[in-house]
Amino acid sequence: MNRATREAPVLRTARDSVSKPKSARPRTFLRRYGPAIAITAAGIGLWQLIIWLAHVPEYLIPSPSEVATDFGSDWPVLGPALLVTLREIALGFVISAAAGVGLAVVLHLSATLRRAFYPILIGSQTVPIIVLAPILVIIFGYGILPKLIIVALICFFPIVVNGIDGLRSVDDDLIRMMLTLNGTRWAIFRRVEFPAALPSIFSGMRIAATFAAIGAVFGEWSGSNQGLGYVMLAATPNLLTARIFAAIVLLTVVAMALFVLVSVLERIIVPWAPRRGKAE
Amino acid sequence: MHEISDVIAEGGPGLASELSSSRTGHRDLAMDGSVAIQIRDVGKSFGDVIALEGIDLLVPRHSRIGIVGPSGGGKTTLLQIVAGLLEPDSGQVDVEGATAGRDRLTRCALMPQRDLLLPWRSALDNAGIAVENRGVSRTEARRRTRPLFESFGLAKFEDVRPDQLSGGMRQRVSFLRTLMAEKDVLLLDEPFGSLDSITRAEMQDWLIQAMDRVPRTVLLVTHDVEEALLLGRQVVVLSARPGRVVRVLEVNHVPGGSRREVVTSPEFVSLKEQALEALES
Repeated sequence: MNRATREAPVLRTARDSVSKPKSARPRTFLRRYGPAIAITAAGIGLWQLIIWLAHVPEYLIPSPSEVATDFGSDWPVLGPALLVTLREIALGFVISAAAGVGLAVVLHLSATLRRAFYPILIGSQTVPIIVLAPILVIIFGYGILPKLIIVALICFFPIVVNGIDGLRSVDDDLIRMMLTLNGTRWAIFRRVEFPAALPSIFSGMRIAATFAAIGAVFGEWSGSNQGLGYVMLAATPNLLTARIFAAIVLLTVVAMALFVLVSVLERIIVPWAPRRGKAE
Repeated sequence: MHEISDVIAEGGPGLASELSSSRTGHRDLAMDGSVAIQIRDVGKSFGDVIALEGIDLLVPRHSRIGIVGPSGGGKTTLLQIVAGLLEPDSGQVDVEGATAGRDRLTRCALMPQRDLLLPWRSALDNAGIAVENRGVSRTEARRRTRPLFESFGLAKFEDVRPDQLSGGMRQRVSFLRTLMAEKDVLLLDEPFGSLDSITRAEMQDWLIQAMDRVPRTVLLVTHDVEEALLLGRQVVVLSARPGRVVRVLEVNHVPGGSRREVVTSPEFVSLKEQALEALES
């Protein structure tokens, strides 16, 4: 009630709606991300300091400044490799999202299929993907396909499981309400169950987003001649440690960017969902 | 228990209604021949808990019945049985000729206790969802629903999301959504249970007017005797678990009287007393 009156558009005065977001936004940004930025900066500083004081050679552990300079000198190697890996991650993630949501819907709508496939689905996750990767390379060669399959296999599970959970945990009262309002099975699915499950599906996608980079690197390690994983593999025997670190930084950035992208998409597609951290 | 229901089944509807009359000391609710809802010796248990037992009611078309009873007395269960969401363990329900649950569902619209508005739909699209469910396009559903927003006191709130509406407005959207299902039987389950007393009184007055405008067969369940007497033309008093019909009251208000006049009139006070007495027994 309280919240409703506060948010009612008629009651919001012009001054509130103009002045509030402007002054509040930078402050909430700092409050939200400030601690994480400070800790990261402190960690990098400490790392730099230790390497400096202990005189650790660059080939063993490079300092942050050495990694940073490596970005400049190694960019001709890192840049194209980044594009290759980025493509594997993006395509693999899209495939897993489509397949994951699709399978969740199918398993939700058919109890028979659910009984048939759900145990297999869980069982499939006990097979380590690392073991599968070389086999896929043998079958599909050095191209992009085995990498896409590995990324998709890793990402797909959290999306399916979260999707099925979301579809199943829809309020029974909503379904009863729809039944008395001429709601067919299909109408209930598309007007109630699917929208209600979207926040859950997006949670699954956010988890999957953090796995995607791992999948791409696994795929490249198993057999490839390009990509960030390949660059790391090739740099190891040459003790180009700074280059390996630079590749790791790039992979982290890509994974975080994908996570942020999924979160932004969620805000656009599911604007009604309760915001995390809004209650603070 | 088994024997009684057998006897009633053999005796047919006449006997069933006679039984209910003798129990309530009133004639059944149908005065002319057209009956919208027949409930015959309905019983329902959940595990060991008997929610309803031997419910007999004949509800005439376009009448307004208030069903009052203590909380947890199986009132919601009764509505869900009539709606076709539940099947009774014993007895029969007939809603405009439909006896199977699936068919009853097509005859009744149920307004649940909670407003259950969908947060991803605007107020207008929430109200029109039953129209869309019949295969009508969203644009057309909006076109049909929009004119009613003004008369429901919801003008200018068409595009607002449910969480920005007040409690009373949410209930109005919920009621409009039930109406838009275009069913002849409306089942209202504690429609104002979640509202504060002032909003509740406003909404009751509003609902009386809304129901006067669109003639429908209305079953309204509440735990509030006053609400049942205000909104119903007949009031059925249910006992505590197991729910049985203990009393049927005829309500005749002075037409056009204000709420205060009605509530304080000797007839109303006496009816209220009778209902409360029936609830105590």
